[in-house]
Amino acid sequence: MPSETARPQNARTPLHALHLRLGARMVPFAGYELPLHYPQGLLAEHLHTRHSAGLFDVSHMGQIVLTPRSGRIENAARALEALMPVDVLGLAPGRQRYAVLTHDDGGIRDDLMIAHLGDRLALVANAANKESDEAHLREQLSDSCDVSVLRRALIALQGPASDAALLRLVPTLAGMRFMDVREVDLMGAPATVTRSGYTGEDGFEISLPEDAAEAVADALLSDVTVRPVGLGARDSLRMEAGLCLHGADIDETTSPIEAGLTWAIQPVRRADGERSGGFPGAERILREIAEGPTRRRVGLRPEGRAPVRAGAALFLGEAEAEAAGQVTSGGFGPSLRAPIAMGYLPLKAAEPGRRVFADLRGERLPIAVTPLPFVPAGFKR
Amino acid sequence: MLRFTDEHEWLRVEGDIATVGITKHAAEQLGDLVFIELPKVGATLKKGAAAAVVESVKAASDVYAPVDGEVTEVNAAAVEDPTMVGGDPQGAGWLYRIRLDDTSALDGLMDEAAYASFAK
Repeated sequence: MPSETARPQNARTPLHALHLRLGARMVPFAGYELPLHYPQGLLAEHLHTRHSAGLFDVSHMGQIVLTPRSGRIENAARALEALMPVDVLGLAPGRQRYAVLTHDDGGIRDDLMIAHLGDRLALVANAANKESDEAHLREQLSDSCDVSVLRRALIALQGPASDAALLRLVPTLAGMRFMDVREVDLMGAPATVTRSGYTGEDGFEISLPEDAAEAVADALLSDVTVRPVGLGARDSLRMEAGLCLHGADIDETTSPIEAGLTWAIQPVRRADGERSGGFPGAERILREIAEGPTRRRVGLRPEGRAPVRAGAALFLGEAEAEAAGQVTSGGFGPSLRAPIAMGYLPLKAAEPGRRVFADLRGERLPIAVTPLPFVPAGFKR
Repeated sequence: MLRFTDEHEWLRVEGDIATVGITKHAAEQLGDLVFIELPKVGATLKKGAAAAVVESVKAASDVYAPVDGEVTEVNAAAVEDPTMVGGDPQGAGWLYRIRLDDTSALDGLMDEAAYASFAK
């Protein structure tokens, strides 16, 4: 039986009561009831995150821990390397890294974050894939690792004011850099804090016990710089940051190379690397690194003000009959006050400055191919 | 005379001209609007056909013509600043004006009380 059935549709996160108290508009998302936006509205929430700090409930995401049966963390790291083109053995304790789980044909099963907690690896996976990831990890890694799913809340605090707001609660978190991870006492609860996120801004993700989540969220929101932010702005923020959404910009048909995620494949896993290959899809992925992919994910800036949405066909010429690619994410970038999109184009057309066209309500709308991200990252490296 | 459709549009009728917009209820459901596309002045609209597009950050929604008629005026200020449609959907955020082919077409529409109970 698929484990999806084990979770009721429209499950509630530990912050459900808080969302209602704050007047959120709740919507179903990935099997959960989550805030789309609060009374302030999506645009204000987006801009507040860029200028100050936004608090997001991301408790729907999957939190999976791998504990090596041998007690030797390198055994867990080595086992995980068989499932992804990523240098997991080289991840230092107290550090986090972006990773993709791949299929045998080189497509992307899911993208996730991996944190090295000294004696175990803590993964954060997409909500929509967390059951299938768990099943995959259990099937592939049970010989070497105990695979456990945490029932914990996850709060993201994102934006330039998040550092000061979090330090007011936990002064000992001073000095964390981008992609650092620390286990701390947060208002009496054991929390795992990473300096990372999904907005392109400096910020943190805080994993903590479910019964501590509301008090911690309230404490953070009592800071005048912090406001609650819903899923709507989470999507527009990640799009401006050029970050992929699995199921939209990346999926089982796109390779990490096509998706522009070659940076996530460390040299040690590439051809001539010490641990070259040995992951699902290595043949295609290593070939595409060497020879280039046939298509690539690009940034798209529609001319004019009409947004172009996911699914829109892309054409190389105004009169071309045959689509050359497709928009995978599209909407409006509140910080740019302009429509933005991402999509796939043949390699020869995937050059910034190139002009392509999308079908929009029966007309060909000109679109400029642009570099990603649309908004520069504010990470504290 | 204010009339409402089951597609969450309102019409304010003066003589044979109707001003058309989206209802407060619709605006609340859509969230912040970032783009609107209106019909051209002089365009002939058929009831039920897509007449305008309103887009939030997340999604595009069609606004259907509530009656047959000819577009006489559009709200250029709302095109310039789509947030005014969300801010005052039944006032400054009107969308377009249409000359009714047949004023009896209004008979099937809801009044304010009927719409209020419909939109609950």
